[in-house]
Amino acid sequence: MSSAAMSSAAMSSAAMSFAANESAPLLIAEGLTKSFGRQIGCRNVSFDLHEGEVMAVVGESGSGKSTLLQLLSMQAEADTGRVLYRMRDGVTRDLAALGEAELRFLARTDWGFVHQDPALGLRMAVSGGANVGERLMAVGWRHYGDIRQAATDWLARVEIDTARIDDRPTTYSGGMRQRLQIARNLVTKPRLVLMDEPTGGLDVSVQARLLDLLRNLVATLNLSAVIVTHDLAVARLLSHRIMVMKGGEVIESGLTDQVLDDPREPYTQLLVASILQP
Amino acid sequence: MYVAVKGGERAIENAHRLLAQERRGDPAVPELSLEQIEEQLTLGVDRVMNEGSLYDRELAALAVKQARGDLIEAIFLLRAFRATLPRFGMSEPIDTGAMAVSRRISSTFKDIPGGQVLGPTFDYTHRLLETQPDAAPDVTPAAADASLPKMPRATDLLAADDLIERSPQGCDDVRVGDLTQDPLRFPADRDLRLQNLARGDEGFLLALGYSTQRGYGRNHPFAGEIRLGEVEVEFAPEEIGFAVPLGRITVTECQMVNQFRGTATEPPRFTRGYGLGFGHCERKVMAMALVDRALRARELGEEIKGPAQDEEFMLSHSDNVQATGFVEHLKLPHHVDFQAELGLIRRLRAEFAQAQSAGDIREAAE
Amino acid sequence: MNAPQNTPAYNFAYLDEQTKRMIRRAILKAVAIPGYQVPFASREMPMPYGWGTGGVQVTAAILGPDDVLKVIDQGADDTTNAVSIRKFFQKTAGVETTTSTHEATVIQTRHRIPETPLTEKQILVFQVPIPDPLRYLEPRETETRRMHALAEYGLMHVKLYEDIARHGHIATTYAYPVKVDGRYVMDPSPTPKFDNPKMDDCAALQLFGAGREKRIYAIPPHTQVISLDFDDHPFERYRHDGTCALCGAKDSYLDEIITDDRGSRMFVCSDTDYCEGRRDTGETTGVQQAKADKGASVP
Repeated sequence: MSSAAMSSAAMSSAAMSFAANESAPLLIAEGLTKSFGRQIGCRNVSFDLHEGEVMAVVGESGSGKSTLLQLLSMQAEADTGRVLYRMRDGVTRDLAALGEAELRFLARTDWGFVHQDPALGLRMAVSGGANVGERLMAVGWRHYGDIRQAATDWLARVEIDTARIDDRPTTYSGGMRQRLQIARNLVTKPRLVLMDEPTGGLDVSVQARLLDLLRNLVATLNLSAVIVTHDLAVARLLSHRIMVMKGGEVIESGLTDQVLDDPREPYTQLLVASILQP
Repeated sequence: MYVAVKGGERAIENAHRLLAQERRGDPAVPELSLEQIEEQLTLGVDRVMNEGSLYDRELAALAVKQARGDLIEAIFLLRAFRATLPRFGMSEPIDTGAMAVSRRISSTFKDIPGGQVLGPTFDYTHRLLETQPDAAPDVTPAAADASLPKMPRATDLLAADDLIERSPQGCDDVRVGDLTQDPLRFPADRDLRLQNLARGDEGFLLALGYSTQRGYGRNHPFAGEIRLGEVEVEFAPEEIGFAVPLGRITVTECQMVNQFRGTATEPPRFTRGYGLGFGHCERKVMAMALVDRALRARELGEEIKGPAQDEEFMLSHSDNVQATGFVEHLKLPHHVDFQAELGLIRRLRAEFAQAQSAGDIREAAE
Repeated sequence: MNAPQNTPAYNFAYLDEQTKRMIRRAILKAVAIPGYQVPFASREMPMPYGWGTGGVQVTAAILGPDDVLKVIDQGADDTTNAVSIRKFFQKTAGVETTTSTHEATVIQTRHRIPETPLTEKQILVFQVPIPDPLRYLEPRETETRRMHALAEYGLMHVKLYEDIARHGHIATTYAYPVKVDGRYVMDPSPTPKFDNPKMDDCAALQLFGAGREKRIYAIPPHTQVISLDFDDHPFERYRHDGTCALCGAKDSYLDEIITDDRGSRMFVCSDTDYCEGRRDTGETTGVQQAKADKGASVP
């Protein structure tokens, strides 16, 4: 597919999803700021994310994109600012006001977090099947056969040979581990997935396959996602919207294709110009 | 015909009698007296007091004798005895700065006020086993030097120049933690950590302290000061409202000067590790100080790289009374649980054999 | 040997009243929250940690002069450690002791629940080595505490799932985890899983003491206790499929005894009191009567 065709496909699906979801945003960031001593993590970041929307956060190392992800997933506490989330009952709540039990429950059911290093998001000492089944067991599934079937189905969906279901992730390749991590996260049908450089560290051909998979899953499951990446190609392929960060601040944002085709900020222009053309 | 096993009680009684016999050994050999143990196996007695958590040299000597020289067994005896003693309060903190010093060295300075006093140390002996009968040592006791020079702590000298972090000030209304009264929870504050280490196994602390020196959580230690001597123990009963002396005990203290650290708002200062023990126990207090400093990794924001820095690991496994109890409990009968395991393994083996023969039949059929 | 100055005079059942009070408070908390591990300041006892100090402290805290005490280990009254603990209480409490489950008011046990059903007048005290069922899955206490508080037991089921995936069966044969009163997951102590059903709706109070790990927990009488499993891999109660060679019982847990060096074996009841009781009342059926020397053997 040519990049023009791809971007118009992405644009039309974005247009469709906006039309379908006139409801309140799923995730709202308001003035998020965090510093580490005298070092700025991120400053005054705000955005709305709707259901079915995928937003890429791009920037180089030190831009603050990873800090932002930590704040959104409540793994770190913001100095100022709020994160608001619309829960399944329709009520939008400040995540800082939720108790630990509720947050952990959300993290297991409604959210997904895909780490750059899959070993951080998997239990390496238990089988692939157990990794996928764990969340189901945590929410009360008690039929071994059903759990195993669900795990098998998901392995197939992420294109892992189902014969490997009883093998441990230590025996999987890097690409397979990453796909397993995705399956583990998606099995409880979360509405929001946060991803930290999901294709980082993988071979180029493996990356391409993974991106394809992600694109299909996001569309089929109507997922909302925030994807942190330094790779503009990933942003272009997966996201409807983009935020460009530098030095902890958002310097440019908008629809992905518009920003990447016609960057206004000099820094964004630099990033775009640095993409190696195939 | 099999008869159900009986006679456990008789067996135990006989075992105890045999033990008493072995404990005494050859009757032709003179029996050890408690005084001999106290006076001539001093360092063993000191270790038993430390890990037994009770300062009583006579009782510790008795424990060593009853335990046939097995120091961990002796420590257990003393601990169990301690548990029966009533407590009537907490003493004032001892002032090691006012110690009547018999040994004091510092590695951070060539010379310090009060001097380097070697005292009774193995340090510079040549480790040659002396097979000659003990030459009667010069028994003329050296005249007690009533006018020992003042001995300010080397670490206090550094503190005067603000080069080393200040020791945290005690606070009267904050109760010091007590392991023997409350169960240990994690994360544990430094008072509980030090208490745990003080009664911790010397070998364990030695090995883990050693590991920090070899890179498993290095903290650049220097022995700021090690001092040995007598300190006064004081107690302030509520009824009279002031402190009265109860007696003197011998303690060994080690202050390590460790890796300096500064923050955005504070200038760099050396950090500390601390060790304190009953009697003469340099190896123990030095290892304790190394581990104390390693366990401060969390509060000092250091990366945790080695087991000596892992608080839960260290504090859960330092107590040799607990450790020996659980390790040795494997000697107790476990045949009921083993029976259950036998059942499972037999079943799995049967299924394995079945699967194999089914596979063979299939292969034969193909 | 010279006698030391401070020879202590021991309180009833060894522990001082202050300590007993502390342990009783922990017990009350434990009974109020079935299956929850209550931390307590375990004392050094005259027997080693790991050899029953938790059970001994619980027993010492609840024993009264009119109690009748039975102590068993591996189901038998005459194993060395049971003898040792029984003698300890004889010496320090002077209470009547018995080998009869039926007559006892307090039963301290290691690794078995008696075959004879217990009554409301009885208390069963278990000796526990590792109280936390999650410990081998997650060694950090800070993390397991949180998991219990938030009822996050997914990891427990992951372990069971792995067993089935690997062995075709749940591979835990003793210390089999249970859910108490629909809330806390608990380790029943290393009793064989055969004994798990006895804890459910038991008329007696069940107390669990872990001295070295410093935890006490409890199952109040008539509480629901369910062994963890999967719907399609239900909990199985394993016992060796055989009869007791001495009394003919088909329903008790059996010990395997190797009788000669050619590997001949026989199976006898692990619960010695139950076995003797059946033999005394002549309940044996179709089995050679054992020439049990009853008179000489009872300690």
